[in-house]
Amino acid sequence: MSTLAQLAAVYGQLSLLAFGGANAVIPEMQRQVVDVHHWMTGHEFAALYALAQAAPGPNMMVVSLVGWQVGGILGALVTTLSVAVPSSTLTLVVSGVWFRFKDAPWRKAMQAGLQPVTAGLIMASAGLLIESTTVDWTAAAVTVVTACLFIFTKLHPMLILAAAAVAGAIGLAG
Amino acid sequence: MSETSSDVPARPNPTVFDLFAGFFMVGICGFGGVLPWARRMIVEQRKWLTQPEFTDMLGLCQFLPGGNIMNVTIALGSRFRGVAGAAACFLGLMTAPVAIVIGLGVVYDRYADFPPVHRAFVALSAAAAAYLLATAWKIASPLRGRPLAIGVAALTFVVIAVLRLPMLAAMPLLAIGSTLLLRRFRA
Repeated sequence: MSTLAQLAAVYGQLSLLAFGGANAVIPEMQRQVVDVHHWMTGHEFAALYALAQAAPGPNMMVVSLVGWQVGGILGALVTTLSVAVPSSTLTLVVSGVWFRFKDAPWRKAMQAGLQPVTAGLIMASAGLLIESTTVDWTAAAVTVVTACLFIFTKLHPMLILAAAAVAGAIGLAG
Repeated sequence: MSETSSDVPARPNPTVFDLFAGFFMVGICGFGGVLPWARRMIVEQRKWLTQPEFTDMLGLCQFLPGGNIMNVTIALGSRFRGVAGAAACFLGLMTAPVAIVIGLGVVYDRYADFPPVHRAFVALSAAAAAYLLATAWKIASPLRGRPLAIGVAALTFVVIAVLRLPMLAAMPLLAIGSTLLLRRFRA
């Protein structure tokens, strides 16, 4: 199978698995891209994720970036469309009939059941990323300090990300 | 185009181009997540939906797989202009960010070996991972005081992050198991 077809297969599958948004499928994306297909190392994947966070737009951007890294502009188009088309088709169909099931008990039960799974998935995403970004003790310190800032202060997230990058560049961290 | 008369109060009737333009601005602005920007544009600036309508649409889009705001572009676009509207909203949202992120990728590739750039990216990667951890923390906060729900979240973490099982198999089992379990014990 050509690389582009493999990218389409991987991201088409991720599209329908992304309950709770893109962040929920970061572990599976990392597993496929790093462990299954060996397109890049875990460290490179984490760097692309960081780049995507530093860019504007939806947090799906890491998808386009991985596609670009693996298959150039065509790769970026393939991954972006592959991750969008299956879930979008589903949304197109379901949003039309949504109101009919608004108060259905099965819908409320499923929503309640999905909540802890989504939380666990995003925790897993964070855990796996931190595993690959913690290259030394200064990186660990950056993770701890910025996590506290993100959780306990109202500082703009971009400000914290920028401060971390500057601290790294001038040799305070990284 | 706006000749359609009906008994509902006059509502905006965005063209395909309006839909593209509205989401194009959201895509450019949305640093660190587009949800707040999308809500501001849809509800406050262009008044395409009321706040309750937006909340309901977002609820649907979070319930379905796929990026939440990506799904909003599809649901909102198709509501006003069918498949063409959905495509316009989606392309509006994605075009600029995809171009910008690839531009950043080119810069990163060229300068990654320059020590300050390399160190900046090590620190930026660590902070970006911490941002995701903080997001997970906020998403998990409704689980506090619910041992069974925390147990499901912990099991999900172990299955995905520690055992590294394929998500295609694990996810349906976890979702169905969690739904049945939480319903059975009303936790």
